[in-house]
Amino acid sequence: MSSFQFKSFRAKPYRYLEDIGTADIAFEATGRDLPELFTAAADATMNVMIDNLDAIELCETRQIELSNDSIEMLLFDFLQELIYFKDARRLLLRPRKTQIEHKDKEYFLKVTVAGEQLDATRHHQRADVKAVTLHGFSVEKQDGNWKARVLLDI
Amino acid sequence: MAIIDNLQKISGTVWELPATYKEGMRVPARIVATEKLVREMDEAVYQQISNVATLPGITRYALCMPDGHSGYGFPIGGVAAMDVHEGGVISPGGIGFDINCGMRLLITNLTFEEVHPHLHQIVDRLFERVPAGVGSHGFLKLSHQEFRDLVEHGARWCVERGYGWEDDLEVTEENGCIAGADASKISERAIDRGYNQVGTLGSGNHYLEVQVARPEDVRDKQLAKKFGITIPNQVVVMFHCGSRGFGHQVATDYLQKFLKVMESKYQIKILDRELACAPFESPEGSDYFAAMKCGLNMSFANRQVILHQIREVFSEVFGRSPEDLGMQMIYDVAHNTAKLEKHIVNGKEKRLLVHRKGATRAFGPGRGEVAARYRDIGQPVIIGGSMETGSYLLVGTASGAETFFSTAHGSGRTMSRTKARKLWHGKELQHDLEARGIYVRSTSWAGLAEEAGPAYKNIDEVIAATELAGISKPVVRFTPIGNVKG
Repeated sequence: MSSFQFKSFRAKPYRYLEDIGTADIAFEATGRDLPELFTAAADATMNVMIDNLDAIELCETRQIELSNDSIEMLLFDFLQELIYFKDARRLLLRPRKTQIEHKDKEYFLKVTVAGEQLDATRHHQRADVKAVTLHGFSVEKQDGNWKARVLLDI
Repeated sequence: MAIIDNLQKISGTVWELPATYKEGMRVPARIVATEKLVREMDEAVYQQISNVATLPGITRYALCMPDGHSGYGFPIGGVAAMDVHEGGVISPGGIGFDINCGMRLLITNLTFEEVHPHLHQIVDRLFERVPAGVGSHGFLKLSHQEFRDLVEHGARWCVERGYGWEDDLEVTEENGCIAGADASKISERAIDRGYNQVGTLGSGNHYLEVQVARPEDVRDKQLAKKFGITIPNQVVVMFHCGSRGFGHQVATDYLQKFLKVMESKYQIKILDRELACAPFESPEGSDYFAAMKCGLNMSFANRQVILHQIREVFSEVFGRSPEDLGMQMIYDVAHNTAKLEKHIVNGKEKRLLVHRKGATRAFGPGRGEVAARYRDIGQPVIIGGSMETGSYLLVGTASGAETFFSTAHGSGRTMSRTKARKLWHGKELQHDLEARGIYVRSTSWAGLAEEAGPAYKNIDEVIAATELAGISKPVVRFTPIGNVKG
């Protein structure tokens, strides 16, 4: 099992891509392992909606547990989960502790996410994310590092 | 060879990628646009529209409208008509996540001169009363059960509760309530994402705009009169939004369901997972159709409640009733849908499921689907431009059969959001726009920058292309003076 603690965070491990999906927003996230990759992709998604991620106070905690036989679909489901909380509870959430286990051909994700309800006076909004699309969606290992490409529908 | 070199010019406004261009294409792909607009389109448009041409049941052509640009699965501006009796499919990616995203237009009997002194007050109040931005919630507090009822009954549900007038329903596509919406086909998660969001604008390119019909921009006086646009510098209100998180979740749920059965159960192979689909005449296909209709109704209801809020704001500011201010709704038209329609193909009438993703239905005169009061002039079409340029009211034409009576939906982006954001700053843009007579309020400076006018095609060129192609006819061009941005 690999796990990732938020405090060991590196420099911004994601970048937005200019020429994919004219009306939408694409990003590439990287990580030395899967938990790092998932954390980076979650922040990349949240950062599309909120410019100043650091302004999100981590006062409310939720547990997210998901499993899938495909690592791609596991990341897809995880990002959808964050979008769900944003709409249903107005919660802006960031991963605090991420664990991913691979056994019996199935990936198991256990994440502690934390955040708070959107406060328009403190959180600088950018664009609402409608959905994670599967257009060009990829998760792959290259030269020992994990990389994901995601196009978000805006 | 560049893809554009494969395009064959059929006419001044029709360009074809032959079915031999890509393996699996069942029909040619056609782009309806002027040469200039075609050349400006990103290469992904050609790839995506030719992928659409591989879908089972597609009839005649996979089409892309003049405002087309790259999307996911279908390009934005994509139109595909599926023969449902010949294994034709339904694809959430051909509708878009924002099911029934559309435009609504209402008029007032006020002039620019009367509105201008109150413009800031109007826009500020609209900004308060029509929540916009990330995950915004509306003022209606509904239970899950009430929301289920709402998505089965659409705008009618709202009018019955005092949000709007009976007359509004007559000028809404499907009378604001499409038959066959079945809330048992939607997930709790979809309800959870939407039940708090009725009456909200959303973000991205969604907006609410106060606009003026300048006398020189009335292209067809007779038709304009039919729409109640008769006063010089008459003020109208136009807005653009959809089915919010609810519709997005319905699309996401079924995209995943289709991916699971598409190949194993129906032997359908696709070139992009966002083209996930199922035969229309299958349990999965008909479930999605019934669920999607709930998305349609949510969107009609959302725009109905927003219309009510707009009337309230004008009424408060001017101290007169909305009736006295002549706040009649002109039309509500969607540009992200799939609808069963009858079309003539090779001389025979066929029942087709027409997907329009970022494309507007534009029936010519006489079609039964068009609101009775407009049936003799053709279906009203509302096309929104960027917040800086202008928007149009048009009508459908009898010559639109080649596109299954579809036309453009907006001006269409030419630049990615990420790039636009590097070029402009929202706050500066707001000052610039104000200096040019457009007062803008937004929940997001960055979001505002992403919507800067130069990130879009020239709306006038897009409209001219639709007119030249004979797929819609402009009636009035509107100039923005106040804008609420999500």
